[in-house]
Amino acid sequence: MTNSDPTVPVAAAAPRRGVGDAIRSWWDRQSRPAQWGVGVVAFAALALLPVLDPPLISTTATDFGATMAQFAMVALIAIGLNVVVGQAGLLDLGYVGFYAVGAYVVALLTSPASPVWNSVDHGIFSGPWAWLACIPLAIVITGITGVILGTPTLRVRGDYLAIVTLGFGEIVRLLADNLKEVTNGPAGLQGVLFPELGTSADKPDGVFSVQNNDRINSGIWWYWLALLLVVIVLLFVGNLERSRVGRSWIAIREDEDAAEIMGVPTFKYKLWAFVIGAGIGGLSGAVYAGQVQYVDPKAFTVINSMLFLCAVVIGGQGNKLGVIVGAFIIVYIPARVQGIEVGGQSLGDFKYLFFGLALVALMIFRPQGLFPARARLITFGRQVYAAAQRVGDAARRDPGPPGEGGDPVVGAQKEVTS
Amino acid sequence: MTHRFPDDPREPARPVWQPPGTGSGADGVADGIHQVVESPTEQVAEVLADPLATTVVDPVAIDPALADPELVAEVVAPQRDIVTAEGDALLQVRDLTVEFGGLAALSDVSFDIRRGEILGLIGPNGAGKTTCFNAITGVYTPTRGTVSFDGEPLRKLKRHKITRKGIARTFQNVRLWGEMTALENVCVGTDARHKTSVWGATFRTPRHYREERDAVDRGMALLEFVGIAARATEKAANLPYGDQRRLEIARALATEPKLLCLDEPAAGFNPSEKSALMGLIKKIRDDGYTVLLIEHDMRLVMGVTDRIVVLEFGRKIAEGTPREVRDNPAVIAAYLGVPDDEIV
Repeated sequence: MTNSDPTVPVAAAAPRRGVGDAIRSWWDRQSRPAQWGVGVVAFAALALLPVLDPPLISTTATDFGATMAQFAMVALIAIGLNVVVGQAGLLDLGYVGFYAVGAYVVALLTSPASPVWNSVDHGIFSGPWAWLACIPLAIVITGITGVILGTPTLRVRGDYLAIVTLGFGEIVRLLADNLKEVTNGPAGLQGVLFPELGTSADKPDGVFSVQNNDRINSGIWWYWLALLLVVIVLLFVGNLERSRVGRSWIAIREDEDAAEIMGVPTFKYKLWAFVIGAGIGGLSGAVYAGQVQYVDPKAFTVINSMLFLCAVVIGGQGNKLGVIVGAFIIVYIPARVQGIEVGGQSLGDFKYLFFGLALVALMIFRPQGLFPARARLITFGRQVYAAAQRVGDAARRDPGPPGEGGDPVVGAQKEVTS
Repeated sequence: MTHRFPDDPREPARPVWQPPGTGSGADGVADGIHQVVESPTEQVAEVLADPLATTVVDPVAIDPALADPELVAEVVAPQRDIVTAEGDALLQVRDLTVEFGGLAALSDVSFDIRRGEILGLIGPNGAGKTTCFNAITGVYTPTRGTVSFDGEPLRKLKRHKITRKGIARTFQNVRLWGEMTALENVCVGTDARHKTSVWGATFRTPRHYREERDAVDRGMALLEFVGIAARATEKAANLPYGDQRRLEIARALATEPKLLCLDEPAAGFNPSEKSALMGLIKKIRDDGYTVLLIEHDMRLVMGVTDRIVVLEFGRKIAEGTPREVRDNPAVIAAYLGVPDDEIV
């Protein structure tokens, strides 16, 4: 029987270490308004980063705005993948497949090179609002893909599920590569539409067009758009997390059999995790297709799946804010070192090597990721935990004589240990 | 019975759960007391009935909020209709046979669990106790035979549906969700009675708020009931072993079961913890639950159960009151193997 001495505060007994923990405990000490204040300022700073273009931080070899846009898209993916891997505990190695489906939905519906849609009247899928009209469709179709993949495969667990999903990712890519009549094959689909907003004389296609080379260029506009989507998705996922759904996911991750026996409809919630993860991945793919205006199968290789997973693992599985940091590391660091040459080789070319090493180091020193998940799974958690903490502290401060005060278990243990 | 919380989810700043003795929480509970079935025992009677209980650190004596079993029953299960008809069969096991390949782990076992009793299921190691448990709770599909609960056969029901019908269990090896806090563990149990799903949680419907309040209130009440409310915010994995066992019981009770199945709840306990647990199990029964108990510890089984079913090599060899079972030569030969005056 350990930890039975009621005078030792348990928070002190559990050692806290590492930068992530330090940041978290600092964050937890702040009041609610202070947290909002810090959050808004940090968010504004993050959003304005590519506009300010600070010399040391800015990327040299690639456009900083475009890099940040890519970061925001990978952040979306990481949040979606975090629902599947981090919360529900379903190892999905083919997540890039959902990303591809989302991108291809937009491309097939709006690209003039699309063999299917070029011959029919486009209706709402042409003109300035075409891209926006495609977004809900991309999310829904990707979600349906999630159902199609999940219904048969979620009956297997663990490693088997990982292998099946790995196959799914490859299947999607190979279909895109080989179904020339539908996807135009390896040639890809050019001229994908994008939102035409803020058109002017020098920017005939609006601020989201690649022709926008102002100080606030198209990359930054896409970054802001994707960042807005990140916030919306975070609110959505946060609502799910602090509810019956989030609790069921974590319970499934921790012990699926126990969860089912305690009344959690495990298959239903695993499928929901898959569908929600897929939908978010599809959303990210749709943003990608609009930004690059070109979709081809090479962008959706398995190694990208691994990179996305890497973002989740580095950031901290189950922590939706942590995985955004993971996404930043995955996207930004290779872009930052891209221009730096060592022995005639750009450092950016070594990114898979670095991430491999980083993962090995992480597994040794901090297997839970930089920002490990903390359980906050109850809607009224903040108030309840504050109240419960007070009771707990009071009980520990003043345990009272055995059999008179404190809870019976503590009393019973004290008899034995003393 | 009406729910004791207003349905408006945005009611400002009303504390969701309050520590015992701080007022409004207890007041709200008091509403429905008279509707509960009358408590069968006073504390004195309890002590008289079982001399062992005198050594129990009685939770009731410690926390006045727990003094009234009716009150606790009301808090932990506001929607539960407590059936007063004690004695009729709640669960009927008929010719239950479970075979793994050629091995019959359980053959033609029949017994009833009556409403409001504590039934002990005992037997030597490998007798098929846990197999029987698993067949009842749907973990194994029986090869032959039926299990009916409340008059309905359970065969083919999914495991989580069996739980919703009213059978909850704990595990021989503690199987909590370690990364979740104690309160969250119990809340998942309460969720078995909830209906909010993805849409409700996303759009924060009134039902979502209502059910979250219910989860927290009943969750905290149950943690108080089993005596670990002070550790509600700790991760389940960090709790001491005894508290983990108690948390498992609270989590099972949170599903509002009619039948609570405890699989060796005292495994690894020292004698003082065991007697505390005995008190808890009796209290659970007094609150209107029916309990099925697997246990090795004879002292605990004899002290707490109303009837006992004895298994050996997958067959039922005896059934009856603790005294009858204790005096049964077959049981003594098969299992106890010691003179009966040394048993209790």
